[in-house]
Amino acid sequence: MKIVLCLPFRPYLAALLMALLVVLPAAGRTAGFEELVERLPHGSYADRAKVIDAISRTGDPRAAEVLNALLEGRLHARKDDGRIVILVDSAGGATAIDALSGENLGGVLAGSTEKIKTNNRLRGMLRTAIGALSLMSPDRETRLMAAQSVFASGDPANIEALDAALAAESDRQVATALAEARAVAILDTDAPVEEKRAAVAILRARGDAAAQAALAPHASDPAIGNEVREALSRIEQAQRVWAIAQNVWYGLSLGSVLMLAAIGLAITFGVMGVINMAHGELVMLGAYTTFAVQEAIRGAAPWLFDWSLLIAAPLAVLVAGSVGIAIERGIVRHLYGRPLETLLATWGVSLILQQAVRTIFGPNNREVGNPSWMSGAFEIGQMTVTWSRLWILIFALAVFFALLLVLRRSFFGLQMRAVTQNRPMAAEMGIDTGRIDALTFGLGAGIAGLAGVALSQIDNVSPNLGQSYIVDSFMVVVFGGAGNLWGAFAGAFGLGITNKLLEPWTGAVLGKILMLVFIILFIQKRPRGLFALRGRAAEA
Amino acid sequence: MARLIDRRMGVFLAGLFILTVALPMASSAAAGQLVPAYLVSLVGKYLCYALLAVALDLVWGFCGILSLGHGAFFALGGYAMGMYLMRQIGPRGVYGDPVLPDFMVFLNWQELPWFWLGFDRFWFAALMVMAAPGLLAFVFGWFAFRSRVSGVYLSIITQAMTYALMLAFFRNEMGFGGNNGLTDFKDILGLDLTAASTRTGLFVASAVALAGGLMIARWITASRLGRVLVAIRDAEERTRFLGYRVEHYKLFVFTVSAAMAGVAGALYVPQVGIINPGEFSPANSIEIVIWVALGGRGTLIGAALGAFLVTLAKTVLTGWLPELWLFALGGLFIMVTLWLPGGVLGAIETGLTRLRAFASMRTKEIET
Repeated sequence: MKIVLCLPFRPYLAALLMALLVVLPAAGRTAGFEELVERLPHGSYADRAKVIDAISRTGDPRAAEVLNALLEGRLHARKDDGRIVILVDSAGGATAIDALSGENLGGVLAGSTEKIKTNNRLRGMLRTAIGALSLMSPDRETRLMAAQSVFASGDPANIEALDAALAAESDRQVATALAEARAVAILDTDAPVEEKRAAVAILRARGDAAAQAALAPHASDPAIGNEVREALSRIEQAQRVWAIAQNVWYGLSLGSVLMLAAIGLAITFGVMGVINMAHGELVMLGAYTTFAVQEAIRGAAPWLFDWSLLIAAPLAVLVAGSVGIAIERGIVRHLYGRPLETLLATWGVSLILQQAVRTIFGPNNREVGNPSWMSGAFEIGQMTVTWSRLWILIFALAVFFALLLVLRRSFFGLQMRAVTQNRPMAAEMGIDTGRIDALTFGLGAGIAGLAGVALSQIDNVSPNLGQSYIVDSFMVVVFGGAGNLWGAFAGAFGLGITNKLLEPWTGAVLGKILMLVFIILFIQKRPRGLFALRGRAAEA
Repeated sequence: MARLIDRRMGVFLAGLFILTVALPMASSAAAGQLVPAYLVSLVGKYLCYALLAVALDLVWGFCGILSLGHGAFFALGGYAMGMYLMRQIGPRGVYGDPVLPDFMVFLNWQELPWFWLGFDRFWFAALMVMAAPGLLAFVFGWFAFRSRVSGVYLSIITQAMTYALMLAFFRNEMGFGGNNGLTDFKDILGLDLTAASTRTGLFVASAVALAGGLMIARWITASRLGRVLVAIRDAEERTRFLGYRVEHYKLFVFTVSAAMAGVAGALYVPQVGIINPGEFSPANSIEIVIWVALGGRGTLIGAALGAFLVTLAKTVLTGWLPELWLFALGGLFIMVTLWLPGGVLGAIETGLTRLRAFASMRTKEIET
């Protein structure tokens, strides 16, 4: 009832409140600002300096724009009525905008306005004032940017503004940036030694290349030289550690890719002693399945795009897995006990698959998009981590442990392990080894398909995709030892990380060559890999 | 000598001889160019491939070492020859430097790297053509065979070897011309490479090399040593227990085979006019295996015939229906391994034996 009564009055009340809220404080604050701007064209440069200082102190939101226009020589006074305008370049010449109200006053004729002049001293003052004003900006990003640009300039004139901003700042990240900017500025002043030492400590805590650059000129300072040198060596140390961490991350990422590509190979090699040269092409089929799924989604249901990979994954397993089973049933089965012939026949399959994909999808790279949750990157300390590579690492680990679970806990896994260890004995125990062979081959191929889904996110999807991984995944299997999932795990991450740690020293190509030479030599010591199967079965 | 040349080998060598004499004559101006002149170089190229196939057959067919890196030995021999041909260019290069090849001038190198020294002499280059791949094979094999790396593991590390060499030769810093390789050759032993007579000479040299390679391989495999090699192929452990130093035999035959592949590469380069790191690619090396497998492994002549057939098919198909070539090659790999384990020659052999058995049965039936 009350509400109904009140209703007719509400619009008026609201309007009144709005007016009070907006007009009252604005009127109180801007009286000074407007008057000061009107005063700008008059008096000497010294007078103008005072006015600029006063304007920057008003903290008016329009101040930054006006001062910026003054700095760039776009602040003019109209000759006829003395109105202060900002000139903006437009298509048909200059357009005047009222500096106070922001009203567009239309085009101006040349000579109808007079520029408010500045000299070098004023321009320096303006830059400082503008920097200080953006330090107080209500927008967090603007404040952060301003703090960073003040940091880069390192001008001691900013200290006062920085102190003011620091006192008002509530955001922790911005406050840190402000403190760091202040520290750089302090180093260039005659501040007491204690204060300078504190500044060095702040920069040391920041510990990146910019802090290094800011500290370096003060290394021979008689008062704080020792502290600066120590901080510099600490920063250098920290950066070395971060660089190594970054390379280890790259190595983990490469390792996860290698593991995905090699793990299926390791299974088939372990169980059947068969090298599947078409494995890389099965990976490629997985990648093309992803491409096809995304194309279908783009056409039919674009809102599903973020889910495209989750839809593609089972399909890729299905496509690659069934091709794998077909290869086993059609070819590999007939070459049992002749591993070298199998190698050649599967190479033939790989050529056919490659050419088939080239004929169907064309020889060029196909575009596979990243879902939104896989694009972009974030930073840990001074290390950049891209989301796609992080997800692939997680995915690879998930596949690995799922597979481990299948092998250790399922009946199929039990049968598979029995066949791996002693084929004739397993057959005696009533295991249908032919069926296990086909299923194992299918499983290995299905995992290759999954690898293809992951690789489509970070590599070019082309008919040559498989070729570029085949030698590497062989190296993983040979290094790790066949027939053991942990071998593939250790092989992939060991090779991945070693490769990436070598790269800064040797360059990418030489690093890879060294890895290959290392593996060739390693095989001499452990001809059956890191985790070799032992016993009579291993000799067969 | 008679023991070395059986009927099959005799027929093959006679055929090769007729080809060597007839083809250059048919393409000469005197005969009115019955066949186009480029055919001489093309067939010369096939002859080099055939020699390469014989080299691979020697290790794979007789000793069971499936090398997926024989292309590397071929390419190394080719590079040794290419270096000699580069030095022969002399001041006639684009930059006109009397000593440095063009690509070194381009890279701003001031002097010849040490490993290019001596390549201005033909005898030294000819020695390196065999020594470089031979040495690589010796060192690689010494490590691999001593620690008993065999079977697919060996195949895979030979593949890794050629892959690593490919990556290395792609680098400009290696001093072998980076990914452009060595090319723009002018002459060999002072003879113009574009002249028909030089091309004929190279063609004949390739034919002689193939015949020589076949004879050497034949001599090795027919000897007592060859018997041991076959024993190693069929039962390596048993041979070792009989007291043979298996790794020594393997190392010997692997090194000889690599040197032979090097000679093939050296004759190949002047006929095609270029050598680049692509020759090291693992796919090339696997292709050599299919030549041998198609012709019939362990037959030597079959390997040479297989190389001829497959490369001829490649030339025809890539020119005519390029899309089809990889399908055909892939199908060939599958069909040969599934249905022709003895290759074409093996299949003919089996057919003939059956026919003879059938015939003798018939005669017996008639007699009784």
